[in-house]
Formats: sequence, structure tokens, C-alpha cells
Amino acid sequence: MTSGESLIEVRGLTKVYGEGESRVEALRGVNLVVRQAEFLAIMGPSGSGKSTFMHVLGCLDHPSSGSYRLAGEEVSGLSRDQLAAIRSRQIGFVFQSFNLLPRTTALENVELPMLYAGTQQKQRDERARLLLEEVGLADRMDHRPNELSGGQQQRVAIARSLANGAPLLMADEPTGNLDSTSSEEIMNLFLRINRENGITVVLVTHSPEVAAWSRRVVTFKDGVIVDDRPNAGIAS
Amino acid sequence: MSLLVLIRTSWKALRRNVSRSLLTMLGIIIGVGAVIASMSIGSGAQAAVLKQIESLGANLIIITPGAISSGGVSLGSGSRTTLKLNDITAISRNVFDIQAVAPFSSTSAQVVAGSTNWFTSIGGTTPAWLTVQNWELSQGQFFTEDDLARSAKVAVLGATVGANLFPAGGAVGSTVVIKSVPFRVVGVLASKGQSGFGRDQDDQVVVPITTHQQRLTGQSWINTIMISAASSDTVSGVVDSTERLLRLVHHLTPVQPDDFTVRNIANVQQVRAAAVQTQSLLLAAVAVVSLIVGGIGIMNIMLVSVTERTREIGLRQAVGARGRDILLQFLIEALSMACAGGIIGVGIGIGTSFLVASLGKFPTIITGFSIILGFVSAAATGVVFGFYPARRASLLDPIEALRYE
Repeated sequence: MTSGESLIEVRGLTKVYGEGESRVEALRGVNLVVRQAEFLAIMGPSGSGKSTFMHVLGCLDHPSSGSYRLAGEEVSGLSRDQLAAIRSRQIGFVFQSFNLLPRTTALENVELPMLYAGTQQKQRDERARLLLEEVGLADRMDHRPNELSGGQQQRVAIARSLANGAPLLMADEPTGNLDSTSSEEIMNLFLRINRENGITVVLVTHSPEVAAWSRRVVTFKDGVIVDDRPNAGIAS
Repeated sequence: MSLLVLIRTSWKALRRNVSRSLLTMLGIIIGVGAVIASMSIGSGAQAAVLKQIESLGANLIIITPGAISSGGVSLGSGSRTTLKLNDITAISRNVFDIQAVAPFSSTSAQVVAGSTNWFTSIGGTTPAWLTVQNWELSQGQFFTEDDLARSAKVAVLGATVGANLFPAGGAVGSTVVIKSVPFRVVGVLASKGQSGFGRDQDDQVVVPITTHQQRLTGQSWINTIMISAASSDTVSGVVDSTERLLRLVHHLTPVQPDDFTVRNIANVQQVRAAAVQTQSLLLAAVAVVSLIVGGIGIMNIMLVSVTERTREIGLRQAVGARGRDILLQFLIEALSMACAGGIIGVGIGIGTSFLVASLGKFPTIITGFSIILGFVSAAATGVVFGFYPARRASLLDPIEALRYE
């Protein structure tokens, strides 16, 4: 797949929770196309539907109706296990609270997605070491999360998200728990991954400072996209 | 995800909380220990009973005079004289599948040999008794049919009597005096040890039944008839035909009850064996209950563990774990806990078995089968009770799980 081809194609996507009186329409007909190697920020206030949209994009949740094609494959009707396989191959996640396994070394945390992808032990080890070197943690490989700073933990999480070579990286408030220096380091890392490896990065945030790093900002309100504009981005 | 990695992950989770894991295993440990201990006691008892039956003479049938009771009325002593020597002749002529049949009457007396003496029981019988009792001589020989016919004053000493009267040896050929009658010692029996009922079988003197009746007791009836059947299969047939024959010989009408009792030693021993079996069955019930309680303990702790690790499960799902991967992870964790409990239980079971053997002077036999059974029941408990928590973990919604605080 070359740069410029669409990685994400969303058409008429809706998500409805509950029934009758308690019926809530979280997404009400969302259309979005994201090309390969884009750096996108999704913004919007709480309850705007941006979290729900991220769950659907991340193949963690089914849409109620509409179509979602990821890397050319329709995923809206897939089963739980089929979605798990898609997540394994196509999507890397970075969370606000890092979500590293406690009492487990950085190296083993990075290896985790490869365990479920069935990668051989030797290759797992080699790739995890390489990724940790790339995020600047060559000397922290055998440290456990409680022995690492917040910024370092998030860099382990980013290395983990790249483990299976997924073309799409989804980050949910990745700097929400970090100080400004660490935040800048992490955003720089995303930028580098996006530029050097051609990986599509989708940031979900309510912070304009974070969104400023992206090249395109999509704004949600009341379950629909109300704004979609290019952004200058921040050159590192 | 490979099995090896799954097993390593499970062990790591268990080691994280050693004391909790151990407490959870307690039920399994007790259960498996009880399985091993009860089975070793059961098979030990069975082996002991078999050995006793063998030492008493295989396939032994014992006939005693007089029914123990008749319609709730116990019979008087007069009814105890019903067995005569001609009953023996009738049995040996008419009942098939008999290896040997011998009378046995017994009295107690002081036996004097020179300056030493010994109080013991004096049995009267025939040479067939050796075959019936499955006994051998250590010195000399048994008295003969000829001695029997002549009411010869000859005696065979039990090993204990021989050792007490003739501590320096030389019993054969010596003379002993019983109730003022001099007897020539012709042989000494091989030592047999205690009977199944705790009596020293070697503490007796045996003389011809004819001599016994005429010289020592003056009674014309006999205390016991012992029959050894040709094989264990023929025992019940021999019992039936002997009962019918004795009713005929004793001229009993159909309405009269038996004036004798036929008992089968194997039956008596089987009753004892059954009692031990019941006890070990009780222990087995304890084992089953412990395993169930242990299983519930495992289920409980696994549910706690799944709740505690909800976020971890969500993360694993997000990075590509399928339902099966999560299910297997928690199932193997439960299984590892059960198997570890099983191994400890096997050790404790073996220890208990040795303790029972040494403290209770009770023979126990640990079989490979009981160890396998104990271990397999532990593993099965782990799988059965680990399945529900594991399935719950595998069905967690990844979004909810990741949000869980």
C-alpha cells in the first residue's frame, strides 16, 4: 500500500446504546476517510462521541450501522475473535494510563502483542530490543514499570504498539498523565514514527496543545463531525 | 499463543501471591492426601486379610455343633454334642470337591516334661488336620492313621510349647505327661505365629482324636469339624452339600433347625475386610468433599483474580488476545494451582500412610494407581472449577475492561 491510499474509510457510521427511554445515539452518521501516513487529531468535548468513534476505529466495538473499511477490509460485521485478529495485525494502541503489565519487564511488555500474533521467541526478542532502542530505552529493557518514569513508561507503550508492524497507531490522550517536558518528548516520538515509518497516527485529545502537533484536526460534536481542517503541525 | 508461554504466564501469576495460592490449594491438598491415605489403608487391610486367610488354611470351612440360637431361643449345652466322628466319615465319603476333612476337639491341661511344665491347650484330631490347616513340621513327623486307630499315646508339640518345655532341643522322642498320661513326642510343628484373631497358634499340643476322647476328656462328641475345599470356587458348593448331608445323618425332619453351624473362614474374613473397606470408603468420601471444597476455593480465588486483573485482560484483548487465549490463560492458572496442590497432597498422603503404618501398626500399601488417581482428580477439579472464572474473563468487553478502576 503506497502513501496516499485510504487506510480508513468510514461511511454513515452510527452507534446507539440502550433502547426506548434510555436510548442514546452516540454516533449519528459519521463519514471520514484517512489516508496512509496521515497524522490526525480527533477533538471534541466530553459526550461528543469522539471516544465511541475511537473504540469503533480501534475495532474494540461494533458500529450499530454503516460501513467501516480498514486497509481495504470491511470490519463492521466481524466477530469478537476476528476483530481481535484485526487489532493484532493492523492497530497499535497507546493509552493515557500506559497500561503496562505490572511486575513485567519493558522487554516482556513489548513482546506481549507478538505472543498473541504467534511470533517465534527469537524474533520476538530481537524485535522488542530493536523497538526499545528506537524509543531510546536501550538501557531500560529489564526494568519493570514501577522502576520507570511516566515518560519512559509511555515510550515502552509506544514500542509495544509498534510490535506487530501495524499501519495504524491510535493514541487516547497519550500525554494526559505526563508533565510538559515528557509530553513534548512523546509527541516528538509520534511525529518521528509518522514521518520515518509512514505509520498513520490518530490522536484522540481535548487538548489544543496536543492537537497542534497533527497535520489534520477533526472535531466531533453531538455524534457527528462538525469540523475537519488541515493543520500546519509542529516541525521537530 | 504457545502452551509453554501460557504455562509460564500462569506460574508467574501464582508466584505473585504465594500465601494466597497455598491457602487456595489447601482443600485440594487435603483431598488428594485423603485419597492416597485411604487407598493405602484399604489395600493394606485387604492384603493383610488375604494373608490371614492363607495362614488359616485356604478355603477353610468350620462346622461347630448346635445352632447359635433358634427362633430367639438359645439352645442348651446338651445340643452341643451333636458332632460325632462318624460325621467325618460321612463327609469324606459323600461330599465332593474336598481336599481334606479333620475333627478338632480341644481341652486345656498342664503339660509336664521332666522338671518343666507348661499350661496349654491340647487338641485332638486326625493326620488330615495338617492338610486342612496348611501346616508343616519343623522336627520329626505327625502321628499316623495307625496311631489314630490304636489310640496311641503320641503327641505333636506346637513351636511355642516345644521351645518352653525343651529349651535345649531334643523334644522328639522325649516323653511328656498330660493329665497323668505319658505321651511320646513324635514331632514339633513349624511356627505359624498369631492367628487372625490374635491367638498364638503355636501354643498347643496335638494328639490323636481317639486318644484325646478316651484318655483326656472322656467325651464321645467332637468340638469342631474342619474341611478344606478343593478350591475357592467349590467352597460354597461344599458348604451346601455338607449341610444337607449332616441333616440326613442327624435324622433331622424338615421342620427341625440345623443342630450344627457351618461357617466359611473366607466369609468371616470378608466381613472383616468389608468393615475396613467401609472405613476407607468413608475416607474416600472425605476426599471427595475436600476436593469439592478445594474446587470451590479455586473458583472463588480465580474470580477474585479475574476481577483484580480486569484491566490486564482488557489490555491483552486490545493487543490481539482472542477469547480462547484469555480462557486458556486463566484455565491453566487454575490447573497449575490444582496440580501444585495435587503434588503436595500426594506427598502428604504418602507421609500419612507411613505414619499410620508406624504408629497404628497397621499395614498400608501405597499403589501407583492411587497416586495417579489422586493427581488426576486434583487436575480435574482445577479444570472443572477453573472453567467458569476463565470463561467470564474471556467474555469481558475490552472497552469496559480497559476502563475498569
